Parts: sequence; structure tokens; C-alpha cells
Amino acid sequence: MAEPPLRPRRRFRQPSVIPGFGLTFGYTLTVLSLIVLLPLAALVLRASQLGFAGIWEVATDSRVASALRVSFGISLLAALVASVFGFIVAWVLTRYDFPGRRIVDAVVDLPFALPTAVAGIALAALYAPNGLVGAQLAKLGIEAAYTPLGIFIAMVFIGLPFAVRTVQPLIVEIDKEIEEASATLGAGRWHTLVKVVLPPLIPAVLTGFALAFARGVGEYGSIIFIAGNLPYVSEIAPLLIVIKLSEFDYGGACAIATIMLGISFVTLLAINLIQAWSRRRFGYV
Amino acid sequence: MSSLAVRAPGPSRPTSQPAPRTASVVTEGGFVRWLLIAVAIGFLALFLVLPLVTVFVQAFAKGWAAYLAAFTEADAHSAIRLTLIAAAIAVPFNLVFGVAAAWAIAKFEFKGKNLLVTLIDLPFSVSPVVSGLIYVLVFGAQGLIGPWLIERDVQIIFAIPGIVLATIFVTFPFVARQLIPLMQEQGTAEEEAALTLGASGWHAFRTVTLPNIRWGLLYSVLLCNARAMGEFGAVSVVSGHIRGLTNTLPLHVEILYNEYNFVAAFAVASLLAGLALVTLVIKSVLEWRYSADIAAGARRH
Repeated sequence: MAEPPLRPRRRFRQPSVIPGFGLTFGYTLTVLSLIVLLPLAALVLRASQLGFAGIWEVATDSRVASALRVSFGISLLAALVASVFGFIVAWVLTRYDFPGRRIVDAVVDLPFALPTAVAGIALAALYAPNGLVGAQLAKLGIEAAYTPLGIFIAMVFIGLPFAVRTVQPLIVEIDKEIEEASATLGAGRWHTLVKVVLPPLIPAVLTGFALAFARGVGEYGSIIFIAGNLPYVSEIAPLLIVIKLSEFDYGGACAIATIMLGISFVTLLAINLIQAWSRRRFGYV
Repeated sequence: MSSLAVRAPGPSRPTSQPAPRTASVVTEGGFVRWLLIAVAIGFLALFLVLPLVTVFVQAFAKGWAAYLAAFTEADAHSAIRLTLIAAAIAVPFNLVFGVAAAWAIAKFEFKGKNLLVTLIDLPFSVSPVVSGLIYVLVFGAQGLIGPWLIERDVQIIFAIPGIVLATIFVTFPFVARQLIPLMQEQGTAEEEAALTLGASGWHAFRTVTLPNIRWGLLYSVLLCNARAMGEFGAVSVVSGHIRGLTNTLPLHVEILYNEYNFVAAFAVASLLAGLALVTLVIKSVLEWRYSADIAAGARRH
């Protein structure tokens, strides 16, 4: 039921017979401000007191710089791996049928449901030199726990569901007729996949990558147990915030937090741009 | 290769064609299919299932007695109590907020709606540690209103109110972001009909809207609760780690682990892992049975 277009009168809200706008909108705005916006404003206020120079000074401190490098660098790598395997998982779950498919599908959400601290100690126990996987890796001369590799493993764990769940709905929606058309026109299966099936999925893969990346950068609980937390080597930025706080260095903590917020803001912006581009190019997100 | 046990795709979506017996042009060869399934399952088993199994293996490493001993401690009891208190406040709070926000956003057209939705989603893109930090900046001893509160003997940070606030923050978007698309898809026609027939707004909400969104609501409350009980980073920053007073279950796990009391740490962790498993099972059942009533479109997230 299309509503008749409103006369071009400037009004905040279109008229409706449904009651309760004032109450629910007012409540939403009040709660949002008290719980989310004002506390975040406190961070912005603190950061502005430090000024750009102050934040820069903290950011270029060698320990902070290397923590930021560890967090962002490893998170990029982990998001990449999560995206590749996430795509395979999403493809297998939507395109193939096999016994236990629904259970496998449910398992993908495990990192969403499992508390991060639980995941953290489990990963640490598993990849420690005397752990089930760690012992095997040790035979190959690979140290996983208490090294950057451990951080990578935890970030892949935490990022995987994002990679799977952003791509999966789009694979479901692929119209098989275009694949048939491609095959009819003489393209091999591989050719069809690369030229016909994959291109429209790229925006979703990029979005999943960005979400996994953002989650990895901010992640704390599942990483600190397996990381070893060696300054300059395997110390992540969120941990450094906690350390600064425990030293009552609020300024330092705020500076790191501001840098992290800035980068996740840029990531969010990138996701929105990808989706806008995708909407123009393919007509959907 | 078509004799492999792996069937061609399709049974999940009803089609008029019979399942193709010969090599289909819209799927990969049998070997590639088999290989991809093996890679996917192997990867999930190694990265997701193995850690979960490890929790229970380690918890029972020294037998039942050692496992149960972890729960006889007074500190464990107070951690369980605090976790339940935090969830019992945070989940209903976000439930009311989510329904109110979804009502305002889904049932009305107004300017700046997209911005409002983005702001509600904000806590999901903030690192848990930063979520805790912002409350320290407001209520801490050096915070904005902390000194004023401390003069009046009100303790927020390093006390239960801070833990509750941090829990509310990290679970803030769960209910709202689930309900908004669902209620948008359902439109306003049914409510309008109820109002025309003389129902009051509250009556229309209770008898028309609520039954329409009940599965979506249950689904989002379930996920909200799992996160509320399992939150670690944000709560860790505001808690102060006072044993027996401001320790939630995840923080208790950390303390036990750092004391090398591994059996107890994994025993308490197994409680949280059990909660996660129950959540996953109920969530999956809801998705299988009521997927259309849970999310707009077909799938969620």
C-alpha cells in the first residue's frame, strides 16, 4: 500500500495512525544517550584534552606502536584466512548436502556463543607445548602458544563466523539459471565459477573480511591467554589499554582507545562504501 | 564419480526438476565436492570444535571429585550469583529498550532514522576493553562525575553497578537490531486494522505485534543472555577483580587459570561452555522451525 507522496512540507515525521511514537522514540533516545553516547563522549572529551600532539606522542611510543602493529597486522592476516576458509565453509553449507550438514552449520556460530575467556584458556591449553595440537606442532619446530602465531589462531577463531555468515545468504540467493546459461554457452565449471558466480559475491566477502578484521583488532578475552603478552612481541593493543588503566595512566589508555576507535570507524566506513558500491553495481548488498 | 555418497545440491530448496543423476552443470565434480566438504569440516573441527572439547576434557582431567570441588568454593558461588544478577538486569533492560526502539524505528517514518540505527549498533563495533574504559572515564575516581559520586559514597566502578552497566553496553544492540528489520517487514497494516476496530495502542501491541515478533524476540533474548553471562573484556576493566565481591564467572575463570588451578578453571569454564551449547541448540531449533518469524528475509545476521 503506497502512501500518497507528502506535500513538500518540512516535517520530522510522517503522519501515522499508530500511537506511541513520542513515548518510544523519547525512551530510545534517552537510553541511547545515557548508556552509549555520553560515555563515548567522555572518551572523545579526554582525547581532545590530549590533543592531536598528545595522541601522536602515545602512538609513537615504541611499546604502543608495536602493540598496534601486532593487533592490526595479525588481525589482517587472520581476517584473510578466515575469509578464505569462511567462503569454503559457506559454499559447502549452501551448495552441497551431506550427513550432519545442519550440525556443521550450527557449529559455525560457536565463537559467538562461547564466552571469550573460555575460548581463550581452551586455545591456550590446546596449543601449549604439552597440549594436543601444540605437541604436534612442537615436533615440527613450530611454537604456537605464547607467540604471535597464537594471537593469529585466536583471531581466526573469533573472526570465522563473520566471514561465513556474511557470504552465506548471498550464495543461497544465487540464481542457478545464470550458471546453466554459462554452461550452455560452453563455459567449463571453473570458468563459470570465476567469471559468473564469484564476482557478485566479492562485496559480501569484503564485508565479512572487514567485520572479522574489526573484531580481531578489538578482541581481548580469547587472545590474552594464548598470546604470552610479551611487550614488543605478542602484546596486543587492548591489553595495553588495560595495563595503562591499572597504572592509572588514563591519558595513555584514552589515546590508544581513540586510535583503535578511529581505525574501526574507518573500517565501518569502508564496509558502508563497499555496500553502496555493491548496490550500484549489482543491485543488492 | 557420481556414485559418491554426496548428493547433488538442491534438496533444501524445492524444485520441480528431479535430482540430477548424471554430472550436473551447476555443481562441481564429485572429487572437488568431496575435497571441499573435507576441508570445511576439517577446518571447523580443528578451529572450533577441538577447543570446545578441550574445555570438558581438561575439566574432568582429574575426575569427578576434582571437578565438583571447583563449585564448593564460596568465591565460585558469589561469581555465579553476580553473573546471574548482571544478566537478570541487563537482559530485561535491553529487551525493553529493543522493543521500544524497534517500535519507533520500524512503525514510523522520520528523518535521521539511519543515523539512529547506526548509533544503536555502535557498541558492536567498539572493543570490549574500550567499552569498559568509557565507564571508567565517567564514573572512575578521576572520571567526569566519579569524584562527585565518591563524595556521596556512591561506588559505580569496581562495584556491581559498573559491571551491570558494562554488561548492558556490550549487549545493547542485540534485541533492537533483530527486531527492527523483522517489524519493518511486517509493516503496520495489522496494527492499523486493530486500531480501526477500536483497540487501544497498548492492546494492539500486546495482541497483534507481540505474537508476531515473539520468536524473533526469544531468539534475540537468547543471544543477548549468552553474551551478558559470558562477557569478559568490558567487565574485566570495570570490575577491579575483588574476589567474592566483583568477580563474575568469566573473571573467576581467569583468576583460577592464572593461579595454575587448571582443573577448577576449566570446571567453571565448562559451566559457561554448557551455557553456550544450550544457547546454540535452542538457537538452531528456533532457526529450523521459525526462520521466517525470526528474521526478515531468510537468514539473519
